[in-house]
Amino acid sequence: MSKRIEVNDLDVYYSKFKAVEGVNLVIEPRSVTALIGPSGCGKSTFIRTLNRMHEVIPGAWVDGEVLVDGNNLYGPGVDPVRVRRQVGMVFQRPNPFPTMSIRDNVLAGVKLNNQRISKSDADELVEKSLKGANLWNEVKDRLDRPGNGLSGGQQQRLCIARAIAVEPEVILMDEPCSALDPISTLAIEDLIEELKQDYTIVIVTHNMQQASRVSDRTAFFNIAGTGKPGKLIEVDDTATIFSNPSIKDTEDYVSGKFG
Amino acid sequence: MTSPEIIRPKAKQRPGDRVFSASALISGSLILAILAAVAGFLMLQGIPGMFADPESVSIYTEGENFVEFVVPLIFGTLWAAALALVMALPLAIGIALFISHYAPRRLAQGLGYIIDLLAAVPSVVFGLWGANVLAGAIQPSFVWLEENLGWIPLFAGPVSGTGRTMLTAAIVLAVMILPIITAISREVFLQTPPLYEEAALALGATRWEMIRTVVLPFGRPGVIAGAMLGLGRALGETMAVAMVLSGSGVIVFDLIGSVNPLTIAANVALRFPEAYGINVNVLIATGLILFAITLVVNSIARYIVNRRKDFSGAN
Ligand SMILES: Nc1ncnc2c1ncn2[C@@H]1O[C@H](COP(=O)(O)OP(=O)(O)OP(=O)(O)O)[C@@H](O)[C@H]1O
Ligand SMILES: [Mg+2]
Repeated sequence: MSKRIEVNDLDVYYSKFKAVEGVNLVIEPRSVTALIGPSGCGKSTFIRTLNRMHEVIPGAWVDGEVLVDGNNLYGPGVDPVRVRRQVGMVFQRPNPFPTMSIRDNVLAGVKLNNQRISKSDADELVEKSLKGANLWNEVKDRLDRPGNGLSGGQQQRLCIARAIAVEPEVILMDEPCSALDPISTLAIEDLIEELKQDYTIVIVTHNMQQASRVSDRTAFFNIAGTGKPGKLIEVDDTATIFSNPSIKDTEDYVSGKFG
Repeated sequence: MTSPEIIRPKAKQRPGDRVFSASALISGSLILAILAAVAGFLMLQGIPGMFADPESVSIYTEGENFVEFVVPLIFGTLWAAALALVMALPLAIGIALFISHYAPRRLAQGLGYIIDLLAAVPSVVFGLWGANVLAGAIQPSFVWLEENLGWIPLFAGPVSGTGRTMLTAAIVLAVMILPIITAISREVFLQTPPLYEEAALALGATRWEMIRTVVLPFGRPGVIAGAMLGLGRALGETMAVAMVLSGSGVIVFDLIGSVNPLTIAANVALRFPEAYGINVNVLIATGLILFAITLVVNSIARYIVNRRKDFSGAN
């Protein structure tokens, strides 16, 4: 189910402004890759290119290649809608659809593209996805209540359940815990650990401990100054990045000297 | 058991807050007072008309009483407004979605401006246009409707020669209420939080699916509110209907024939100039009923909006 991602010479633009420049990166299947770096260096911008969500913003475009198991996401004739079904995403702010029940939230992706699903299959999928997101026990008695009646941490896990219900190959998470308390954060981190068995995961985080706890590989992005594009400075095994990075800026950043 | 004493710290009163709350209170009560005054006037003047001796009312036809007089008018009012809404609502939602989610920004602004302009056209102008242009132009298609869809009772005919029928009036009404529904729908569609739009897109929704799963559910209360404003205008519209429709107090479902029902408001406008004495009270009584209908329609709308409040996204 999970796939290898290869990014070649990727430049990312907002109209004329080049936000990210020259990224080359390989992400192995069934691994967790953390993206770290100071605010504004383009982590969110970059991660959104991995499922073609970047181009949703008017004027935003991309130059370069993103290969998922060898297929270029930006090749001619590739439908971004198909890409997004393969590469799921969890956002910084929990965003379950408030107009839908918990159950319908989980099924939202599955019901797209006019797909029909029998009630028993749907029940099974809801249970499986919510269990997969460690949320089942907390919500099994109120599946018909609105999704935004949950706590922030529960909402975020509901979003994860919604993302895994469509069985993507890759899951992207942009600061999924930044709006959550430490307990909810730990719950999500445990969940990431489990999801790694099945999915390729890319996560943006500002929390160094989190990066070192959950990720196998860490990529450090940096920016030379305002108005300059962000760049990928160094990517390596997480242990190496945090103990013995090869570039001085990385060391300064992970040891808290700046950013 | 003694209930523990609840201590509420007194909020400090700031002059700005006080001025604001006072002025809000005053304008709120003013609206209520005006409404009460209107209702009081309608009841005071109208109720004698309702119970007047039918013999003394010259606008009744032979042997008619108040109920027989007003029921066809109520029917005509609701029928015309409902037809107008059925035609205008889907179109308005479509235009609003096009402006908010499909059109390039330049085009969207221009279109929005034109729609707002349409809202400012006085109803007499619509009436003139409906009676003198639309009726004549649309009459041939009524003939076609009768020939091809005559088996549907709505198009049974015989076709009116002038084209000044219920359908024509309903189309004019639809054009009149289109701008308000469109403007409000566009406004609420534009306010859909991008957060949720992105959630849908990231799940692999096409643009239309994103609209269906996020934009429409979010906009629903607003669209209903807009539809009710439009319906209110259609229910109460006087000039345009009076000018376009050559109607009388009948209950007829045929949309294209020469015998058509009339609406309460148009009936008042047509009869009022020559009404005297108790006749005036009868007409005011029909006005009271129109007032009541509008109230009921609004309460229904409110009920619909509130029913799924938990799921509205407002909390
Ligand atoms: N919608 C946008 N339009 C134009 N420029 C944008 C847009 N979003 C982000 N940018 C710019 O792109 C650059 C990278 O922003 P991005 O949000 O990717 O940073 P980030 O690394 O995610 O920061 P943070 O850690 O604060 O989330 C910034 O200079 C930002 O101003
Ligand atoms: Mg970010």
